[in-house]
Amino acid sequence: MKRRQFIQTASAGSALGAFGLMSGCASIGGSSGPKVVVVGGGYGGATAAKYVRMWSDYGIQVTLIEPNANFWSCPISNLVIGGSKTMADVTMSYDNLVKRHGVNLIKDYVTQVDPDKRVVKLASGGEVAYDRLILSPGVDFMMDSLPGMNKAGAQDKVLHAWKAGAQTLALRKQLEAMPDGGVYALSIPLAPYRCPPGPYERACQVAEYFSKAKPKSKVLILDANDDVTSKGPLFKKAWADRYKGIVEYRGKHSAVDVDAATNTLKFEFNDDVKAAVLNVIPPMRAGDIAVKSGLATANKRWCEVDFLTFESKAAKNVHVLGDSIQIAPAMPKSGHMANQHGKTCAAAVVALLTGKEPNNLPIYNNTCYSFVSSEDVVHVASVHAYDADKKTMLTVPGSGGVSSAANELEGRYAMAWARNIWADTLA
Amino acid sequence: MKNWSYLIAAVFCVAASAQAQTNNTPDPLQVRSWAAGCANCHGTNGRAETGNESLAGANKDEMVKKMLDFKAGRRPATIMHQLSKGYSDAQIVAIAGYFAAQKK
Repeated sequence: MKRRQFIQTASAGSALGAFGLMSGCASIGGSSGPKVVVVGGGYGGATAAKYVRMWSDYGIQVTLIEPNANFWSCPISNLVIGGSKTMADVTMSYDNLVKRHGVNLIKDYVTQVDPDKRVVKLASGGEVAYDRLILSPGVDFMMDSLPGMNKAGAQDKVLHAWKAGAQTLALRKQLEAMPDGGVYALSIPLAPYRCPPGPYERACQVAEYFSKAKPKSKVLILDANDDVTSKGPLFKKAWADRYKGIVEYRGKHSAVDVDAATNTLKFEFNDDVKAAVLNVIPPMRAGDIAVKSGLATANKRWCEVDFLTFESKAAKNVHVLGDSIQIAPAMPKSGHMANQHGKTCAAAVVALLTGKEPNNLPIYNNTCYSFVSSEDVVHVASVHAYDADKKTMLTVPGSGGVSSAANELEGRYAMAWARNIWADTLA
Repeated sequence: MKNWSYLIAAVFCVAASAQAQTNNTPDPLQVRSWAAGCANCHGTNGRAETGNESLAGANKDEMVKKMLDFKAGRRPATIMHQLSKGYSDAQIVAIAGYFAAQKK
């Protein structure tokens, strides 16, 4: 489509938009505009859907396919496990994407991508056609690396709670039901995994709960990595100063199997550990649909992309973003980063569908706040810019850093961050 | 009329985009994407939710001065002294210009 034609389409879309807001937006832009399908309504996909609509002046049709009825935020969900927040605090609606932005929302699950016919197939049986496809399927777990997790009932008993939702609340209930004096063991996989500081924040949250409600109980962190992978000195200080006698950290503990019947964790080199509550974060890879579609070209785990457009290196007109991608150096798998991918990808998709060159110098930041108690917070921040020679995103020298110490002011900024990113993603 | 303002912005961006190729100012669409990188904390188009500063419609020179002060360590911050160092002075000027032009 030529630029002039697109502007005409966009203008018509805008004129309709004023009325469409009253009569339902799903048809803004008419049926002649380019079609973008977004798979997965997390931080990456929801942001991409909103920004493709906004930045095409509502001229590109966007269909978002998401199986869950609501958006559940992983960030802040550790506070639900700690007991200072509720599921309602991390549950958001998709309504604004539909009502304000005219995104066509389909509650379904994509079972197959056909890049030749440019359609996705739905679990319910239908097909949806696209000009460009944006996959943001998050992560799925490599349960085969822990064979016992595939036994009947094991996954209902030994929880990951690493996708916010039903398991978040279920883990909270296990902790509430645990008698005082019990051990909560948290198994962390080798990096890369979703949200590098997340497990250590969770340990703090559970420790704070124990310190108030079950002071004889222990938090045992069993980390496959050599040492704490993010904000190490800050977390270690919190465990030593605030949760002395409650938290114990053990590095180089690579879990190889789980016996759910006895709540026992088995390791490559270390002795078995039995716990009252066993919380296993399994190794992870790109979401199933990306792997099944042959897009996970890096170690069969992660999807390689062009960082100017997030187009897959394995399939044309298919973009992949968020936790599913093979990350650039020092780029975390985080909700904040997925939101940034969503906007970078949206700008590129709008450019490509309107015959323009995508931006050639993406720059974006990551900010990650971790609650070491229900109020005090530490952060890590970084700025990433495109390197044209290396064709990847690199951190800008001299930028970024961590908090000097946990503090309550950053606790307030962390909640302000949450409100703002939720709005930027969904409202 | 939210949608009309987007249309005007889009037309302006196309015109400005052509102009950008003739001098060294960054492409407005590029600047819009850089600015969008701030939205996670400062709101879509700089219109923030409670608890963080709104940048939409703020004074450009004041925003530039604040950022350069963060960058030089002259202004205390929890995080902005670290993030501001990721952007060149010219990029900061361009991003501030984008936010100054947004509706409050």
